[in-house]
Amino acid sequence: MAKVELFVNGRAVTGEAEDRTLLVHFLRETLGLTGTHVGCDTSQCGACVVHVDGRAVKSCTMLAAQASGSTITTIEGLGSSGELHPLQVAFRENHALQCGFCTPGMIMTSVDMIRRHPNGLDESTVRDELEGNICRCTGYHNIVKAVLDASDKMGKGAVKAA
Amino acid sequence: MYETQYHRAASVEEAARLMAEAEDGKFLAGGMTLIPTMKQRLASPSDLIDLRKIEALKGITVEGRTVRIGAVTTHYDVSTNEELAKICPAITSLAGHIGDPQVRNMGTIGGSIANNDPAADYPSALVALDATVITSQRSLPASDFFVGLFETALEPNEIIVAVEFVAPDKAAYKKFPNPASLYAMAGVFVAKSGDNIRVAVTGAGEGGVFRLKDAETALAGNFSPSALDSIAVEPDALLSDMHASADYRANLVKVMAKRAVAEIANRPM
Repeated sequence: MAKVELFVNGRAVTGEAEDRTLLVHFLRETLGLTGTHVGCDTSQCGACVVHVDGRAVKSCTMLAAQASGSTITTIEGLGSSGELHPLQVAFRENHALQCGFCTPGMIMTSVDMIRRHPNGLDESTVRDELEGNICRCTGYHNIVKAVLDASDKMGKGAVKAA
Repeated sequence: MYETQYHRAASVEEAARLMAEAEDGKFLAGGMTLIPTMKQRLASPSDLIDLRKIEALKGITVEGRTVRIGAVTTHYDVSTNEELAKICPAITSLAGHIGDPQVRNMGTIGGSIANNDPAADYPSALVALDATVITSQRSLPASDFFVGLFETALEPNEIIVAVEFVAPDKAAYKKFPNPASLYAMAGVFVAKSGDNIRVAVTGAGEGGVFRLKDAETALAGNFSPSALDSIAVEPDALLSDMHASADYRANLVKVMAKRAVAEIANRPM
């Protein structure tokens, strides 16, 4: 068994996991953070994206033991109970989801994307950057619109690593 | 995934010791190939020795035109290194087009070349740049390091420490990615330093990366895309699969080589 020490959504957590336990399973089953989804489980769909030390990572392709010592942000760590994160607002306002299964990963990826493009984004960059996230409902149009909208609203330098 | 034992090494020496003690160990860097392979039960190492936190394997240094990239440097860190972009934009651009953003945040140069996937991007860059692979035991030229399909010159207990190269005068990399996997179906890296031209191909060769010497000779006489019209890319030793036949790949190699040459000819660096 591996001892896993993480700083998740601002909270220090310690747990035990089998060495082979994936980060996504540790988050969902040990910590109860079920906002992070398991979609394809083959590193392609991006439903499991979380931030590890500020960077978007597919948590189905990382062991919990590998992540030990890291700071993790999941979808539950964005915004606050009274106020949604600007990307969450943009997804709602632009109807950027239908079934919603891919949405947590889309949003975590997009937060990282906007952080890395503080001078703004264009449509083709957003589409390239969403390469690692698959949505089977929307056809992506409204997701791209929502990311562009949030990028505009969050403005230059206004983006935290989340 | 079968059971395994995870170890985090703090130094190269500790990693080598842990590997020597393991029954059937594997070194783990970014894990972007190894973890999915283990999840599919196509690999079942008894022990994983994580190299990602070893300080000596981290970082990029640029001194003049000499570049050293530590083995656990992520594709993202290579792609965004400004010093490196100034002297060798071909490699920063290559790194910025590997897989998807999440893969680039975890995947490392050392992991990529140790795996030596025949469709990986870095092997072509390293061979064309005449890079040196520095390991825990020796230094060897990239062309000797890459042996064949998923095969390198690494001994079981040998760890890649860094990759070094001298930035060429000009270089470019062009690939035709598989639209689903984003792996190169053919990728060509062209490096030019004075009259010395090296052309290396990934994604197409049955035995992994190879040099396209006919193209090098043709370009030495006339560095322009049209110089490649006359060369023949033989399909005999090229990969053929559901995505592309060997003949198709042979054509892609030529087209990508021409595009890389055109890019070099059309920009200052």
